[in-house]
Amino acid sequence: MKTKITGRVWKYGDDVNTDVIFPGKYTYSISDPKEMALHALEDLDPGFVAAVRPGDIIVAGKNWGCGSSREQAVVCLKEAGVGAIVARSFARIYFRNAINQALPIVTCDAVDGAENGDEITIDFAAGTVTTPCGTFTFPPLPAEVLEIIEDGGLIPHVRKQLGK
Amino acid sequence: MGKTFAEKVLAQKAGLKQTTAGQIVTVKPDRLLTHDNTSAIAATFRKIGVARVADPSMNVIVLDHVTPAADETYATSHQATRAFVAEQGISAFYDIGEGICHQVLPEKGHAWPGAVIVGSDSHTPTAGAFGAFAAGIGRTEAAAVMATGEIWLRVPESLRVQLREMLPSRVSAKDVSLYLIGLLRADGADYCSVEFAGEAISAMSVGERMTLTNMSAEMGAKNAVVEPDEKTFAWLAGRVSQPFTPVFADADAAYTRIIELDASTLAPQVACPHTVDNVAPVTEVAGKRVDQVVIGTCTNGRLEDLRVAAEILRGKHIAQGVRLLVLPASRENLQAALAEGVITDLIAAGATLLNPGCGPCLGAHQGCMAPGETTLSTSNRNFKGRMGSKDATIYLGSPATAAATALTGVITDPREV
Repeated sequence: MKTKITGRVWKYGDDVNTDVIFPGKYTYSISDPKEMALHALEDLDPGFVAAVRPGDIIVAGKNWGCGSSREQAVVCLKEAGVGAIVARSFARIYFRNAINQALPIVTCDAVDGAENGDEITIDFAAGTVTTPCGTFTFPPLPAEVLEIIEDGGLIPHVRKQLGK
Repeated sequence: MGKTFAEKVLAQKAGLKQTTAGQIVTVKPDRLLTHDNTSAIAATFRKIGVARVADPSMNVIVLDHVTPAADETYATSHQATRAFVAEQGISAFYDIGEGICHQVLPEKGHAWPGAVIVGSDSHTPTAGAFGAFAAGIGRTEAAAVMATGEIWLRVPESLRVQLREMLPSRVSAKDVSLYLIGLLRADGADYCSVEFAGEAISAMSVGERMTLTNMSAEMGAKNAVVEPDEKTFAWLAGRVSQPFTPVFADADAAYTRIIELDASTLAPQVACPHTVDNVAPVTEVAGKRVDQVVIGTCTNGRLEDLRVAAEILRGKHIAQGVRLLVLPASRENLQAALAEGVITDLIAAGATLLNPGCGPCLGAHQGCMAPGETTLSTSNRNFKGRMGSKDATIYLGSPATAAATALTGVITDPREV
């Protein structure tokens, strides 16, 4: 994992659920991550897929990813090029899914200082998110969890553990 | 200081003397529940590079989400799941028609007091109605559990809901859940273990308790639990073959919050579009016209729910222009409702009967909505686009509210029919 990333902001509100991130009607019919990416945020922000650029950062309010356990709600964003998600808080299954897919997630209030299109920088080592309106701090992830992200996600992590 | 249910059960499973909220432990779950997503999980499992699942007896697999297969893509996915089951020697496999995984899991003896269950579905906490610790996980994580037989869990903080007095007539567990979610909001129990207790809970049937634990996912809970009692043991008798020791929270356990409610003051509740925490008493939304009513799902598709609906609709007919879909949560519930005449009454009243399964709840088949349409459903989610068109709206309510609404064609207070 890079220790520092800079990206353009896509800003969203509170309680964004996994149905609007990746509609349920596709969950058992689409298995290719690239195809999943074509439906990212379809029912929340129909313009997202056409305009997202690699390394863009989602900045949101509380309880990002509530609802279903569907991991496609992480995969579709990662595959669409999203470099990180910064939210005031995350729903717990989404939080685990992001770690397991090695999509960097940051819990802090940067939503208070960033607007759509702003450039922000996440410094994972320092635990800071720098926005045009100030710097927000976040606590580091537990060592066990960080190791999974650094290994590239849960599958590479388990392979390493099992000596594969 | 005493310990909560979650702290005690996870300590026991992790082989530790005690645990405290916030601690990370590694446990070997008793059961891993997966459904139609098993084919995708199996594909991820193969990437890990082990040939066999760690413990075939841990796996419980139920095809329920899009059953029978709606098209060739779903059929191919089901086929891959059946092949995986055969290849891995998994005996607890329940094919289409058996019911919804959260209902079939306990019916077939895979949930018991003190068990630790993880499942690749957000409504896995439902099994907490039997005194189990049950939490939802993602697909990749389920593949890792298959390969290693283990999972890391953070011991959750706990929240206790104390429900004293008795619920009034036509006010049910679903109304309690909706009221609580409106109070706590969608993240009010995020990462938390929710313990339900009190007179009104003791008075509930096991099925009604399952509604409470099921809906706890909608306030962000990691798991929810009802302390097992004689009703639980009677329900489990003949289903669970192994010995178990119930785990109870200590009286002086530490809770982040204790919520006390007087059940006798509650009214029927409705969740309005497009979030489950957008809750109002039914009296405030009464009169809203609906196109479709859904009675069923893992939240409210059990015999007691179908009975309530039949009691309201017996000898009457649903309003013109309304479609009523009824889908029992399992074959067992369908058979019981058939034997009692409940299904006959509902069909005579104009209901369309669907096979046990998830049906229209996730918007993949069997009752999706067109733009501009409105459904009142007994299911657990009303998110935008959940049941078909993103320009359709979903209200959530109890089986009694749903039946009353089907009767009149507008959202109706069940105490008035």
